[in-house]
Amino acid sequence: MLIFIARRIGTMVLTMLVVSLILFLLLEINVEGVAIKVLGAFTSDQQREIWLEENGYFDPLPLRYARWVGNAVVGDFGESVRFKVPVSEILLPRIWSTAVLGFWALLFASAIGLFLGVIAGMREGSKLDRTVSVGSIVTTSVPEFASAPLLSALFVFYLPQTIGWGLPGTSSMSSGFDWVQLILPVMVLVLYDFGYIARMTRASMAEVMMTHYIRTAVLKGLPYGTVIRKHALRNALIAPFTVIMLQINWLLSGVIVVEFFFAYKGFGSLLLEASLNQDIFLIEACAMVAVFVAVATQTLADIGYTYLNPRIRFS
Amino acid sequence: MTEEAISVPHRESALLRLVKGAALIRESWVGMVGLAIIVFWALVALFADVVAPFPPNATGIPMLAPGGAGLDGTSVHWLGTDQLGRDILSRIIFGSRQVLLYAPLATFCAYAVGVPMGLAAGYRRGITDEVLSFIANVILSFPVLVLYIIIIATIGASGINIVIAVTFASAPGIMRIVRGLVLDLRNREYVFAAETRGEPAWRIMMIEILPNARGPLIVDACLRLGYVIITIGTLGFLGLGLPPPDPDWGKMITETRQFITIFPHMAIFPCIAISSLVLGFNLLADGLREVSLRD
Amino acid sequence: MDNGGKDYDGPVLECKNLCISYFTRAGEIPAVIDFNMTLHQGESIGLVGESGCGKSTVAMAIMQYLGSNGAIVGGEVLYKGRDLSTFSPEELRQLRGNEIAMVYQEPMASLNPSMTLGRQLMEVPLCHENIDEKEAYDRAVKILSDVKLPDPERVMSVYPHQISGGQQQRVVIAMALLSNPSLLLLDEPTTALDVTVEAGIVELIGEIAGRFNTSMVYISHNLGLILETCDRVNVMYSGVVVEHGSVAEVFDQMRHPYTKGLFGCIPLPGADKTAHPLVPIRGQLPLPHQRPKGCYFGPRCDFFEAGTCDQENLAMTTVPDEPGHTVRCRRWQQIDWDNYHPEGVGAGEMEAGEVVLSINNMKKYYEITDNSIAAMISGKRVRHVKANESITFDARACETVAVVGESGCGKSTFAKVLMGLETATDGMVVFNGKDISQEEVQDRTPAQIGSMQMIFQNPFDTLNPSHTVGSQLARVIRKFGVETDGDKVEARVMELLDLVKLPRDFARRRPRQLSGGQKQRVGIARAFAGNPSTVVADEPVSALDVSVQAAVTGLLMDIQKTYRTTLIFISHDLSLVRYLADRVVVMYLGNIVEQGTTDEVFSPPYHPYTEALLSAVPIADTSINKQRIILEGNLPSVTNPPSGCPFNTRCPRKIGEICETVVPPVFEPIPGHQIACHLSVENFQAMQPVIVQANQPASPAAE
Repeated sequence: MLIFIARRIGTMVLTMLVVSLILFLLLEINVEGVAIKVLGAFTSDQQREIWLEENGYFDPLPLRYARWVGNAVVGDFGESVRFKVPVSEILLPRIWSTAVLGFWALLFASAIGLFLGVIAGMREGSKLDRTVSVGSIVTTSVPEFASAPLLSALFVFYLPQTIGWGLPGTSSMSSGFDWVQLILPVMVLVLYDFGYIARMTRASMAEVMMTHYIRTAVLKGLPYGTVIRKHALRNALIAPFTVIMLQINWLLSGVIVVEFFFAYKGFGSLLLEASLNQDIFLIEACAMVAVFVAVATQTLADIGYTYLNPRIRFS
Repeated sequence: MTEEAISVPHRESALLRLVKGAALIRESWVGMVGLAIIVFWALVALFADVVAPFPPNATGIPMLAPGGAGLDGTSVHWLGTDQLGRDILSRIIFGSRQVLLYAPLATFCAYAVGVPMGLAAGYRRGITDEVLSFIANVILSFPVLVLYIIIIATIGASGINIVIAVTFASAPGIMRIVRGLVLDLRNREYVFAAETRGEPAWRIMMIEILPNARGPLIVDACLRLGYVIITIGTLGFLGLGLPPPDPDWGKMITETRQFITIFPHMAIFPCIAISSLVLGFNLLADGLREVSLRD
Repeated sequence: MDNGGKDYDGPVLECKNLCISYFTRAGEIPAVIDFNMTLHQGESIGLVGESGCGKSTVAMAIMQYLGSNGAIVGGEVLYKGRDLSTFSPEELRQLRGNEIAMVYQEPMASLNPSMTLGRQLMEVPLCHENIDEKEAYDRAVKILSDVKLPDPERVMSVYPHQISGGQQQRVVIAMALLSNPSLLLLDEPTTALDVTVEAGIVELIGEIAGRFNTSMVYISHNLGLILETCDRVNVMYSGVVVEHGSVAEVFDQMRHPYTKGLFGCIPLPGADKTAHPLVPIRGQLPLPHQRPKGCYFGPRCDFFEAGTCDQENLAMTTVPDEPGHTVRCRRWQQIDWDNYHPEGVGAGEMEAGEVVLSINNMKKYYEITDNSIAAMISGKRVRHVKANESITFDARACETVAVVGESGCGKSTFAKVLMGLETATDGMVVFNGKDISQEEVQDRTPAQIGSMQMIFQNPFDTLNPSHTVGSQLARVIRKFGVETDGDKVEARVMELLDLVKLPRDFARRRPRQLSGGQKQRVGIARAFAGNPSTVVADEPVSALDVSVQAAVTGLLMDIQKTYRTTLIFISHDLSLVRYLADRVVVMYLGNIVEQGTTDEVFSPPYHPYTEALLSAVPIADTSINKQRIILEGNLPSVTNPPSGCPFNTRCPRKIGEICETVVPPVFEPIPGHQIACHLSVENFQAMQPVIVQANQPASPAAE
């Protein structure tokens, strides 16, 4: 088990290194380009030359890469071109905001998805099952950038007009943190994400309910509730656990859209802003953080899966 | 010793078999609904010139409500006009062309890359598998949209670049699915039989294994088409899509979102359009899966 | 239970005119029709039949667990006199696992993989009786030792995958016995197990019946197992019982043509491919929705009479003077069995020719890398799996050499080396005068490959479902360069279909339109497409129903005779091997433990493993007496084989330390008959035959 964890973490570090290399090559191999992006298009060649010289850009590529990785590991990604402050200074509060948003979205999406998936999978082929299946297909067919305007239209435009109650249309939190402004973004993310969890849980549950050991448990004379609780759920929830962990990766895509739409000052809108403005150091930092989160959750998912599954744990 | 004959089939052409296979979808109403939606949008895209009441980029009275009269007083903007006075219905109709051109093209390219990789990884295993799987893992460890944003920000926004980005981002996922199927299928005795008669590896992969993986792959392709449509829309929405002024559903939403609290209809209709098309593919995939599991 | 429970003295179980159907999209499909059965306390009754005859459905109906699409559509099941359909769900729950318990076919699948065995066992008394955890634990440990599991305390704490298949099945049986049920249903409890493990389970089941006075319903496709476990038997065919009676009546005085036919298909010790060949039943099982009118066996029956046998409402009739022996046939009294001598499909006398395949000291080792911590510390990361150790034997033209052994004995690896999918680690494999042990299949010429081909085990897997039968055969013909011209290839495909006695239009069919036996025939045609001199058949009929098995076996021998082919017949089925093989090679853990002609191997002196194997095979003949030899312990892992003699850990004739340290020498009682064992000549000479044909048919019920 320890060896397994060590190996998984090793793979994770290796993946991060390869990702960092790809990013570095993609964004920094053309040093002229870097200078233009940092100093702006209206600078002279001479200015660029001096800047490049000062910042060690004429050193050999491996050295530059090593230096870049070394700085990145301690959190130094350079200075944002757009915000004129060290990248880490603006990055941390943004990550925190997104973590709050993501946490609630994941919590609700998992809770709803698991609940619906389990009750649908318990009785495969029933009316309830079909309803949950088709319902989750419909919600996962509405992308975030479509559900955000639709829900906004409903909660910000129609409801205030008809019942006099609604929700704020932006989540910029301009006058301090406000829970109410979090509701719509969370709702959009949950609506898109719960369906996938529900379908995966349903499939896993339905598969377990078909197995012979569930038949054995029923024919042992165990009460139905016990069969579900002690025999089915334990096995059926192993797969959704992995799905939920991997959902974090998908959620990182979702927050970009949602934060952009609702003007929420989080990590996603920062990444988008950085890339639209060619703020390369900020792009690098954001991408590395995003990949780190994704790879870390993947590693946790693998370790957790192994731990939950005795067939792998003891072999 | 003769065993009783079951029934004698006629010789069937490959095309006829395909049609017959496709006809199975009739047994799933969910799949039929999905197919109907897709066919509807395909016809709309094909006959956009005929069915659209206005040219997509013609301007008129801005922000007209649905059903409002046009500049000439007789024409009707059924879904209203946008902030520049362009007819929303016509823009949705012409926008379907973009989606239905680039989404299948991108998905096809992703399959063209992902399937051979998956076959090689699953059949050859060993070092081939390890290298290909590691590459796939690295690419898949990016949150998809982050990957798209970085690629598009680097190579620029255009139709072809979207196809390249989608291929790059989706091929690893396809590879993984194909690899999983091949790992299962390669242990079948007919594969073993082909090996014992010394068939070359490519023939075993393409002729003995791949045709038997088609069921799950067709389902996956439908789901993936839906997802690629979302991706193209998202890129348009984030301002990384096709360059203006041609209509693009995602861009239509983002252009009008600042007016959402005053004129919600301008964003709502493109939202419905894209969601319905994605729903069509997802329902079709579900129907196909249901039918394929039956027998 | 409220209805008198264990004081009740009527029949434990009665099925009256039971009809069960499944409801599918195609409509109602009757699975069991007019099923009657009465089971008294302490009695065991067998349900025997081929796949799809409805025997398992009966068990599920008794359990009232038919799934969402199955239902009892007529008749009733009475448990201790009370109709099960009147039980409330709560009463039913109290009944299941407590009064009626069940043992299943796949032990691994029947146990929850993520729960310790102890928890799964303790659940049963905890939910049915008002006892505490401590008592439940003690009861579970007690019952585990009752089913002869070594170290019950350890078994309690492990997960299912941590013990062997045989042990898993013992746990499932223990679980069924925990609340001392009145009725035990056993659904093919040994089908998934190796034959020596099966013997142990069968013995255990016999003991249970005696000790707990439990009534049993034993479901099996194997008539031999029914003989060893049951008092009475129901023979089922396509959803109906065709014959019922005591085991002696049904086995010795069968009246129904199907029962008679079934026995004609089984290779019993008297059968012989030249003198007494097997008699297959023609045709195939009808699909449930294509059953003929009247007698379902009609189209396959030699005594079919239009106007009589195709009339509806065919009822069971009782045989005079044999109360309890009933037959579902209108013509049974008119059949003159004494003058009925159907022609069997066998092979005439064949003279073995020159040596075609000569294997000399062939070894195949695999390397596996162990990444566990223990292995890293000890530095033994790379271990060798000795899949084949010193294989030496010859095969001649026209000869059938059987390679016999249980799972993990190295049969499949051996086949892979022969076919060139693996190269041998050491030794020689001389085929048609050329050493091919180091030649992979890519290095062999098409003619060379074509002259050694293989027949596979699984009919559902042997043909590619995406291509037509004809195109698959044509590919082989082209590949081996037999024909290249399109028309000639086509003609050769037709020839091959003729050869395996399939209609020519099968060329256009896809595999899913064929039955299992038909697919196996195509598999045989494919193997013979390149005019091979040697064919390796890997369990070619083990997945087929008995009646089809005989036909396919007969066909194979017939073709072999025509082409004077050498047949390497890999099998675990000793009865079949005795029937068709000329010479036998017995393998255990990658080693050849015994080889010789069929007669030599099947009569003393034996290798102790061969002896145990012979004893373990169930034989459906009441006139046979067998020595009982039950092997203890598990099959050792190939990654960690025992030193010395590979069989020493389970050998009932183990002498002592020498067996564990020294590789046994080869004892050769007659030239050609080789036994690798440390036993002395005296020991060998004192050996008695395992299988003895008694003069008087013994009554199997009298035990």
